[in-house]
Amino acid sequence: MTKTVTDVICPFCGTLCDDLEVVVSADNKELLEVYNACAIGAEKFLHSQAKDRITRPRMRQEDGSWKEISYDEAIEYTAKILTDARKPLMYGWSSTNCEAQAVGSEIGELVGAVMDNTATVCHGTSLIAVQDIGIPSCTLGEVKNRADRILFWGCNPAHAHPRHMSRYSIFPRGFFTGKGHKGRKVIVIDPRPTDTASVADVHLQIEQGRDYELLNAFRVAFKDEQLPDVVAGIPKEKIYEAAELLKSGRFVIIFFGMGVTQSLGKNHNIDEAIAVTRDLNEYTKAAIMPMRGHYNVTGSGQVWGWLFGFPYAVDLSRGFARYNPGETTSNDLLRRDEVDAVFVLGSDPGAHFPFSSVKKIYNLPSVAIDPHETPTTEVCKVHVPVAFVGVEVGGCAYRMDNVPIETRKVVEPPEGMMTDEEFLRHVLARVKEIQGV
Amino acid sequence: MAIRVNLITGRTIQQGVSMEAGKEKPAYTAACGIIELDPADFKKLGAFRNTNVRVTSDYGNVIVKAVEATQGPHPGVAYIPMGPWANMVINPNTYSTGMPTFKGTPVTVEVAKNEPVFSSLELVRKGCRGELA
Repeated sequence: MTKTVTDVICPFCGTLCDDLEVVVSADNKELLEVYNACAIGAEKFLHSQAKDRITRPRMRQEDGSWKEISYDEAIEYTAKILTDARKPLMYGWSSTNCEAQAVGSEIGELVGAVMDNTATVCHGTSLIAVQDIGIPSCTLGEVKNRADRILFWGCNPAHAHPRHMSRYSIFPRGFFTGKGHKGRKVIVIDPRPTDTASVADVHLQIEQGRDYELLNAFRVAFKDEQLPDVVAGIPKEKIYEAAELLKSGRFVIIFFGMGVTQSLGKNHNIDEAIAVTRDLNEYTKAAIMPMRGHYNVTGSGQVWGWLFGFPYAVDLSRGFARYNPGETTSNDLLRRDEVDAVFVLGSDPGAHFPFSSVKKIYNLPSVAIDPHETPTTEVCKVHVPVAFVGVEVGGCAYRMDNVPIETRKVVEPPEGMMTDEEFLRHVLARVKEIQGV
Repeated sequence: MAIRVNLITGRTIQQGVSMEAGKEKPAYTAACGIIELDPADFKKLGAFRNTNVRVTSDYGNVIVKAVEATQGPHPGVAYIPMGPWANMVINPNTYSTGMPTFKGTPVTVEVAKNEPVFSSLELVRKGCRGELA
């Protein structure tokens, strides 16, 4: 006999879909099928059942091979490198629940760590911009029910947030958007004609890296002031047209992604995008929202926000929280050799940091807590496999619009496997013992 | 023959699916150890589709397989899905923002028919041990 669990939350991207159905065996030990999820979400659930999954911690030996160790030994190693270090980096925190993030923060405070999450290579620059000029935002529910002008800037949800368009932004019929797709106008701004652009009414194929100019041109166009003939590779007529299209809407939502946060200009691109939103509010209602990647990167920003006052790049090494992106951010710290131990949980810097940073991790005492085998586990000294949050253990996660959603446990983890939170609680207890507090 | 293009990176759905299925698996290499080039750039390069190429920037180099752009046309722009291959060549400078410059790195692409595309774990391991060309 099997049973179906309904209303399951998907722990992949910041869209945090909450309508999945998962078929599990009667004893809750096996996950058999996943419905309603996108290809990536379904794969995440199914991968938890992989036969070759690593279920015990392991330590890298001198000759490069792995040796299986016990959880106790892994806890001892982790507590030791963190307490021995003068300034350890505790990075990741985006693919785990808020409960684990809170315990991790307590460890970070005790050992004087730099706490950083994946926003540092994702929407970190957006967070800087929000602190610069604020953000007029809304929830995805409001988008679904009200928005009739959708602008995707430098993001490709057809690939990165596959169900975003059908659940919230383009296709759904909401309270004031009864016509669904037909009642909405979609603009995509991207240097490539992406799959998202193919469903748009207007695609402006911007010259890569010229986002600031084009955003600025939109502000000029809103006021019907003069533009040069071509801005960022786009003829001015098209800019005036797109600006008019936005102004004529009842509710404009701007979604933006890595195209603006990672291109030159960085936080200043976002400053300008938020200013565009602010200007639009002179004519109609407008809001803007970052397309957050990991399912709970928003949550780690929330947890640190209420614990330390800053959403990422929090330096606790002086005994109080300091925040200075460019100085206390992971890649700058690693490249300048300013940290002497690396702890990674719920992220894969080995794959997603520039290689010059990865190389630094390889040369430091390091531990990776991750259910998967990844390039990060490949360069770390100890790998601690844990249960999948949102699959084998529940916990709180924040959607990209800062709405907290309780994820669900649908299946038992492999026998004897710890969760992130359990592992961290043990490390915390051991750190306290070592420090005598 | 080598060509100069502007390199950007990012998510593709194949990258996402193969990443969740296991970064040690060949599917991840097939999804991310590639460079998407515009047909016009292929012509300039004088290479067939699915040829291995060496991508070189001021910051490093990497061997990937050249494939035709799936989200094209975008002449002059090349795309490597986010992952260890792209991160060998992107501009790591954050310019005091904390954010490496993942998009907009000028790179040279040249045919390297007989060079292998390493798997993600191999690439990172060899890179850390200084075993890459």
